[in-house]
Amino acid sequence: MNQRPDHMMLTARDDGIAKGDVLLEARNISLAFGGVKALTEISLNILKGEIRAIIGPNGAGKTSMLNVINGFYTPQQGSIVFRGRERRAMKPHHAVGQGIARTFQNVALFKGMSTLDNIMAGRSVMMKRHIGWQMLWHGPALKEEIAHREKVEEIIDFLEIQHIRHTPVGKLPYGLQKRVELGRALAMEPSLLLLDEPMAGMNLEEKEDMSRFIIDVNQQRGTTIALIEHDMGVVMDLSDRVAVLDYGKKIADGTPDAVKNDQGVIDAYLGVPR
Amino acid sequence: MLYRTAGQFKTSYAADHALFPVRQDAILLGVVLVFAFVVFPLTASEFAFRALLIPVLIYALAALGLNILTGYAGQLSLGTGAFMGVGAYACYKLITLFPEMNIVVAIALSGFFSASVGALFGLPSLRIKGFYLAIATLAAQFFLVWLFQKWAWLYNYSASGAIHVPNISMFGITVAGPRAAAITQYYFVLGIVCVVTFFAINITRGRVGRMWKAVRDMDIAAELVGINLMRAKLTAFFVSSYIVGISGALFVFLWRGAAEANLFDIPLSFRVLFIAIIGGLGSILGNYLGAILIVALPVIISGVPAMLGIRVASATVEHLNVMIIGALIITFLIVEPHGLARFWAVIREKLILWPFPH
Repeated sequence: MNQRPDHMMLTARDDGIAKGDVLLEARNISLAFGGVKALTEISLNILKGEIRAIIGPNGAGKTSMLNVINGFYTPQQGSIVFRGRERRAMKPHHAVGQGIARTFQNVALFKGMSTLDNIMAGRSVMMKRHIGWQMLWHGPALKEEIAHREKVEEIIDFLEIQHIRHTPVGKLPYGLQKRVELGRALAMEPSLLLLDEPMAGMNLEEKEDMSRFIIDVNQQRGTTIALIEHDMGVVMDLSDRVAVLDYGKKIADGTPDAVKNDQGVIDAYLGVPR
Repeated sequence: MLYRTAGQFKTSYAADHALFPVRQDAILLGVVLVFAFVVFPLTASEFAFRALLIPVLIYALAALGLNILTGYAGQLSLGTGAFMGVGAYACYKLITLFPEMNIVVAIALSGFFSASVGALFGLPSLRIKGFYLAIATLAAQFFLVWLFQKWAWLYNYSASGAIHVPNISMFGITVAGPRAAAITQYYFVLGIVCVVTFFAINITRGRVGRMWKAVRDMDIAAELVGINLMRAKLTAFFVSSYIVGISGALFVFLWRGAAEANLFDIPLSFRVLFIAIIGGLGSILGNYLGAILIVALPVIISGVPAMLGIRVASATVEHLNVMIIGALIITFLIVEPHGLARFWAVIREKLILWPFPH
């Protein structure tokens, strides 16, 4: 693991925001499904270049928060400001166009397609040749395909999944599927990467690998990351700032150390350290 | 031993993206094409052309169209027969309204009519999926066949309500109509089928194909990687119906010679669907294998008693035929639920390793 390639040509897209400035700000987000209040007046921001964790007990509204951020849910109240632009409702594929990519809690890969095709699918938005060229294959369409293939191969190198390039992802073990999913998100060259429990159900070694990838993505590519995770060791080690949700409300926000010692967080989620 | 990939190194991504990354596949296709273009035409009888070769090609093309929609984009459709009808009637109107129009142009244009109708009836797919969508496309099936019967303009007010293909020549050779030679028609169909298949392969392995497959495998994730679901689904309906429409035009103009509205009724839709399912959803090759099984095998089987000199009543032959084909279909689906194409893929995997088991 020490010979990691660091010649990545793929970096987070330049969004004109300096490191440390606010990349995304959620203002007073409230989201309800019928009578169930999933999120109540949550405000939080994500700074450019940081790893931001969102933690909390099950059902606290963490995934709902991610879904609001990438446009899958429209909040009843509040707004999202991303890269200085405010919005309330948007289609998820527009969020991708603006540079938000995500992975899912339960792996949501395209099971019938190979690893390569899955990651290539992540670049669909960037491929422009229309169906007429696609029909002919040779010429511009092939050139475009190969240009994107080169980028995808870099990701495959980066995630060390060369050996499963042509394997249908449905046949892969769980840990590798998670990795391919990260690859697909990276292929979108996001400026903000949302990871929903990237390490759920993994063994220690796989968790270590995944943590390594997350740090490398953040440091080598400068991608801002927001992640949800239940493994507190991982969360506290990886993240720069942690927001804690409980019953749809934000109960704490700050550095890992501050959050760890917050009495409200200990009561609601962490429990008493032995 | 023959099917080895060892030693075939790829030094560029272009080589890895080639149509046949394995050299033996290209050779095999070459052999098949030699048979299709040279050996069959030299040896086949008039009967073989009309009962075996031409219908297999046309049905394979129709199944290819359906497969793009159902196998690649995951949208179930029961309206294939009606969309074939749209292609056929559109081609008929084009040919009779503009008699000097080249038939290839007329067929290519008629595809656009069925494609538009297909995209229109594909609109429900934006809200519903699976079996519910199948029912929605069933509405297309009933509505269109009704339209073919009631809208007399479509069949030029002929008393029988049927369309009859006039003699059409291209570059001085009659290609369609009562006077056309079977071998000409065969070459005509084969040419179009080859070109369309080539295009279909390219579309399905490129960006558009990946988008379709993404929508099929997990539509929510597809949306979140930035795929516009509406666009992907409607393109699938458009391209699929285009190919289905062309096959419908060929079906009437190059094979049947005449057609009534009820020819395009639901049994035709099911027949094409069976070919696609038994051949293998999500595969191009499967359509051909399926068409051979469903269309050609019955003809071959019914010829067997005569060849062996056994006298069997023709009704009995028919019944036996249905039983044998039915049993074969069930067997194939139990042995390989993913269709004949997967069968072939498994054989290939085994052959690469053969004779060593691991």
